[in-house]
Amino acid sequence: MSLKKNAFVKYYLIYVIFAAIIVFFVALGGVLPRSFLSNSLQMAIAILLSLSLSFVVGFLGELSLGHAGFMCAGAYLGGKVASILAAGALGNGILTFIISVLVGGIVAAVLGVVVGLPALRLKGDYLAIVTLAFCEIVRVLFLNSPKEAFGGAFGLETPKYGSSGISLQMMLILALLLVVSAIAVFRNIIRSKHGRAVTAIRDNEIAARATGVDVTKYKLFAFVVSSFFAGIAGVVYSYTQSRVQSSTFDYNYSIDILVMVVLGGMGSMNGSIISAAIITFLNLKLSTVLTGNLAVAKDLVYALILILIVIFSNAPSLRSFREKYNFRAIIERLRKKEMDPADIKNDAGSWDRIPTKIEMNEVLSTDFKVQESTMNPDKEAK
Amino acid sequence: MNFLVTLINGLSLGGVYALIALGYTMVYGIAKMLNFAHGDIIMVGGYTVLVALGTSGKPIFTVIACVAAIVVCCILGVTIEKVAYKPLRGASPLAVLITAIGVSYFLEGLAQIFFGTNAKFVKIAEMGILHIGGLSIGWDTVITLLVSAAIMAALTLFVKMTKTGRAMVAVSEDKAAASLMGVNVNAIITVTFAIGSILAAVASIFYLMRYPTLNNTMGAMPGIKAFTAAVIGGIGSIPGAMIGGIVLGIIECVFNSTPLAPYTVAIEFAILIVLLLVRPNGILGKKRREKV
Repeated sequence: MSLKKNAFVKYYLIYVIFAAIIVFFVALGGVLPRSFLSNSLQMAIAILLSLSLSFVVGFLGELSLGHAGFMCAGAYLGGKVASILAAGALGNGILTFIISVLVGGIVAAVLGVVVGLPALRLKGDYLAIVTLAFCEIVRVLFLNSPKEAFGGAFGLETPKYGSSGISLQMMLILALLLVVSAIAVFRNIIRSKHGRAVTAIRDNEIAARATGVDVTKYKLFAFVVSSFFAGIAGVVYSYTQSRVQSSTFDYNYSIDILVMVVLGGMGSMNGSIISAAIITFLNLKLSTVLTGNLAVAKDLVYALILILIVIFSNAPSLRSFREKYNFRAIIERLRKKEMDPADIKNDAGSWDRIPTKIEMNEVLSTDFKVQESTMNPDKEAK
Repeated sequence: MNFLVTLINGLSLGGVYALIALGYTMVYGIAKMLNFAHGDIIMVGGYTVLVALGTSGKPIFTVIACVAAIVVCCILGVTIEKVAYKPLRGASPLAVLITAIGVSYFLEGLAQIFFGTNAKFVKIAEMGILHIGGLSIGWDTVITLLVSAAIMAALTLFVKMTKTGRAMVAVSEDKAAASLMGVNVNAIITVTFAIGSILAAVASIFYLMRYPTLNNTMGAMPGIKAFTAAVIGGIGSIPGAMIGGIVLGIIECVFNSTPLAPYTVAIEFAILIVLLLVRPNGILGKKRREKV
């Protein structure tokens, strides 16, 4: 009984929270300081990005270092469409925004197919470098594009919010709506047959294939869905800038997104959302708090926090400390409730937190090579 | 004739990339981690040279600067390994990757505090131009080529002939088995980081001879290209890193001398992708067997 209730709360809580946030901004958007609104917009973009990367890294289990490339394509193409439509009959309104979001997303999704195809043959670090390479190629192509098409080295001029048409408050609400739709799409995919297939590939590709999962199809599927939302984030980003510069989307940007996903916890959507919001907030806060001579210390503080968090939460020697003082254990102690061993399984079976991948090569030592032909009945038929 | 000069230039640049790629590939082979901070060790080497060189242009200061860069980078590499990576041994590879990224940001932030973000110009040594027949090549190119070739030969011998070198190969093949055979795995990892950082320091000197501007993110591009080189050659393989570096250097110099120059980076990465599609484990990479 309690499990059912828990699952219900767990499933709908995030929507309630986001609905509350949207209502908050609808009601108070006019009163709040502009910097607060624009910071929230940055956070919404970061959440979109980390959600979409989380699907590939946390659920498909492939390391991608090129997420900024998809965002770049979305920002350029979406921004271009937006600036054309804004000058035309549609004007700089919400309809223009919706069309450019769709265009940006679809262009990025097409690029996702292009990147996803080598992903079928490559694994791990090799795939990581290929995604990074794609990101850099996209960036260099836009940097050297003709000036009249995409602005070349000067960057692409895009209709920024506020100037005309969409106000900052409206923009923020639209971005939050996009975040909510992304959450809904990803959560439902993960709970569906398709999502289960994707996580099965992550846990053991060979076993997944043996049980009839079409690995090719689902790897491409994951890349396409993920890059679609990255492209959308790119379009929203293009609306926050008066000029989109391709130098923004270098591999450091991809790595920043990856950091959010990893710190949020692999295979946890809620974790990605929270860590994206916190890290972006931290970055923005550090750059306003540390002023004057201290401004240069921003990167240093950020780096130190990052290293300490990762070492604290991952070091094998600190495991007993973590088990004693983690969030859940402290809550349990506060409630003075003895943990019933039977309850532990309830939590492990919950849908949003799937145990992280086990390195099969390290665990098993049986030296048995699977024949490609026995794994793939189609090939044998030929 | 012009093409020959481009080729020699490419070989020389390839030597620099190969030196950096060796650091990546050795650390990957032995600690199974992508050391993202490797590029920033190049940057630290560059700043050490800048400080040690001071304003003096005397040749003796150049030698001192080079030695200082090597010592500082070596100590730095080992310290990073002890402080940031050692506590995470046995943790998930992604956690180690994120720590490496954190270390990279940390070094960049530190350099920014001490030296600012403005690019600095470093003149390491005034070298003339070598004329052989009709060819005219800068002495710095020749020296880069010769020294990196010598270092690569020495490293190959070190790995093949010495006890430590053999132990490194053993650890990269099977950590647990190596430690059962009496190899001190932790010490070997430290040695690997030290060697990788020394190679990065040498590479930073040669890189600055070629591109004499220095800022706090200067390590990023050579770092990422050397990583590409290591993957082209097959990551984890020492001769692979050398081949990958040289291939990349030649590609870069050849395309930089054509009208396609602005697209050089894109072309390099496109070649990487095509190559990985044909040979998914790089040129000399070992085929990873799937164990079920």
